[in-house]
Amino acid sequence: MGRQILLEHINVPGINTFDVYRKHGGYASVEKALKTMTPDEVTEEVKKSGLRGRGGAGFPAGMKWSFLDRKSEKPRYLVCNADESEPGTFKDRYLMERIPHVLIEGMITSSYALGAKTSYIYVRGEYMYVIRILEQAIQEAYAKGFLGKNILGTDYSLDLYVQPGGGAYICGEETALLESLEGKRGNPRLKPPFPAVAGLYASPTVVNNVETIAAVCSIVNLGGDEYAKIGIGKSTGTKLISASGHINKPGVYEIELGLPVEEFIYSDQYCGGIWKGRKMKAVVAGGSSVPILPTELILKTAKGEPRLMTYESLSDGGFVSGTMLGSGGFIVMDETSCIVRNLWTFTRFYHHESCGQCSPCREGTGWMEKVLHRIEHGHGHEGDIDLLVDVAKKIEGNTICPLGDAAAWPVASAIRHFREEFEYHVRYPEKVKNPKHFELEPFVPASALATV
Amino acid sequence: MAKVTIDGIEVEVADGTTILNAARQIGGEVVPPAMCYYSTLKDTGGKCRVCLVKVTQGSAKDPRPMPKLVASCRTPVMDGMVVQNITSPEVLEARKGVVEFLLLNHPLDCPVCDQAGECDLQNLSYEHGVGKTRYEEDRRTFEKIDIGDKIKLHMTRCILCYRCTFVADQLTNERVHGVLNRGDASEISTYIEKAVDNDFSGNMIDVCPVGALTDKTFRFKSRVWFTKPLDAHRNCDKCCGKVVLWTKGDDVLRVSARKDQFNEVKEYICNECRYDHKDMKDWTVEGPRHIDRHSVISQNHYEKIDMQKLKLDIDRQLTFQKGKQLPETTNS
Repeated sequence: MGRQILLEHINVPGINTFDVYRKHGGYASVEKALKTMTPDEVTEEVKKSGLRGRGGAGFPAGMKWSFLDRKSEKPRYLVCNADESEPGTFKDRYLMERIPHVLIEGMITSSYALGAKTSYIYVRGEYMYVIRILEQAIQEAYAKGFLGKNILGTDYSLDLYVQPGGGAYICGEETALLESLEGKRGNPRLKPPFPAVAGLYASPTVVNNVETIAAVCSIVNLGGDEYAKIGIGKSTGTKLISASGHINKPGVYEIELGLPVEEFIYSDQYCGGIWKGRKMKAVVAGGSSVPILPTELILKTAKGEPRLMTYESLSDGGFVSGTMLGSGGFIVMDETSCIVRNLWTFTRFYHHESCGQCSPCREGTGWMEKVLHRIEHGHGHEGDIDLLVDVAKKIEGNTICPLGDAAAWPVASAIRHFREEFEYHVRYPEKVKNPKHFELEPFVPASALATV
Repeated sequence: MAKVTIDGIEVEVADGTTILNAARQIGGEVVPPAMCYYSTLKDTGGKCRVCLVKVTQGSAKDPRPMPKLVASCRTPVMDGMVVQNITSPEVLEARKGVVEFLLLNHPLDCPVCDQAGECDLQNLSYEHGVGKTRYEEDRRTFEKIDIGDKIKLHMTRCILCYRCTFVADQLTNERVHGVLNRGDASEISTYIEKAVDNDFSGNMIDVCPVGALTDKTFRFKSRVWFTKPLDAHRNCDKCCGKVVLWTKGDDVLRVSARKDQFNEVKEYICNECRYDHKDMKDWTVEGPRHIDRHSVISQNHYEKIDMQKLKLDIDRQLTFQKGKQLPETTNS
């Protein structure tokens, strides 16, 4: 097992309470930052650490912080994006549920670095029990003097609030999140201006993922340079991976970035191989939005090098033969799973979650879902596959926010890598009527289409 | 001031002008279409995506191209920016895609729609749409509702441009309608039927680019191209009082605000002018309304050529083309 930073004390009984967390070195970063460092020094450490946003896009967190408009006279805000709704991703929930204080600690340290006097944690509405856990933790932090006026006797004051969302995936997009936080309909804003200039209440705002903020604690404790030694190249530190699907040991794993994908899937320390002794068919490596990859491409890149769990290695080959690390929602599919059915499920999700503001996404996601429904239920016809590719292409890049891209990428990649399976569905409608059709009759590309 | 090149034509515009408005200063073919942007309503635009253009050079300082197509109605120009609109196949392809998306759930009931003939979506589909649809499923449908005593809402026809909500926000005291639900189930609606009731609500009809919001006092009275539009005015203490009367003989069938060449109202009118003065005697008629001869409303009845305006058009074209040879004119 690699180095554990975020989940080091996860199994300590009572780690969700302030006292136990403090006993295990909790809130050290707040003490260190507030008493011995200036806000700019904290920002500098985060920059040096090379920490990249853990929410999906992988944008360097230190750089995002440095974009914050510090000349503005308006108040600055730090908002934690805990609207974790990506299918296949459940790492933030695990973290907040088990060690809520690591997030609170990160929020205090980060708010100090950014000069925010008020900060928010925006949690998706479905995580109501997590909200209660967080509120409990915040109360404890207030009682112990880590939140509120003059934290630890310094002249820094911070108020921290938890805001439940209304249950919309789109509110995970940072500007839609801010709109929702302001009490409006959660429609993404047009950029520019970016939140760093005009975010929450038109004030400079930084929006970071739960895991990013939690990682700030260890960066301050260890020092940026020390943290940057973990991982490979520009992918530094550890990452929480939510492993799910047809594996022996699904769950949340903390890995050092740079771990080979093969080791992650087959090692007993992590996923423990494919269940029921079956073979692996495909992997969605970073949450439902990223391109799906077949076994041969997820284990090795197109150049034949072993693929590693890093931002760079996973995206090696672009979208032709690569994917993305995304938010770390690692979904493994065995040989009996149906790619078309899986894609239909994903697309149904995006159709349901499109905000309806801009036309390509509003109309296109519904269209793709209907065509995929048709193909999966044996009513598809030749031409539907090309239609899907074309619709996906017309959505991609033409929308206000990345939801359109997120809906288009899985469709484009599934057809790119598994076109034969789609053709099989179109040509043998009778065989695919049963939802478990590939369990009854495994799909073998060559023989399945040979008769046509 | 910023110099920007759109489709090879250079224009100098004030800082902060959007690409779309810079193109409008050039005029003609290079103006991207706009379904949701409305120059007289703040914060509109960016939603329909038909005005997407390609920026091949960001600015003189930073000549990198922009990675994606951008919404020209909301992207400000930079000095030295180079933009491609109709000269970029990528833009035309994307625009075709957007038009297809807009028509996906649109009922295409133009033969019975009051907006036909002056509909932005109709014009747009003539130019960028295709004759056949690739969509096989049922279109989404909604019940028709009255959102005010004078306005009928056909949500089925709506393309969710949000213009009418901006009218309610910016021209009236209180907005009582908005967008409910999300995705392709989202709809413009009021929680309480017939809730829209204030002096400027009628402008929602004028800004609607399609036939989703129609004037109940004009519904099914006449096709717009059988009516004769006249510029007229009256002294009104609530609004500018400058309107267009849509007449048949001596009957005033409809009163609407005046729209410019981009189909946008510059001066809004009040409901009293719009609904309560359907009598020629109430108005001072200024003369026939200029209707673009390409519009179906003109019904081939071309008005006499305004030589002064023609000369202005030619001069303007010459300035921008900078001595480039004009295409040969054909007598049509």
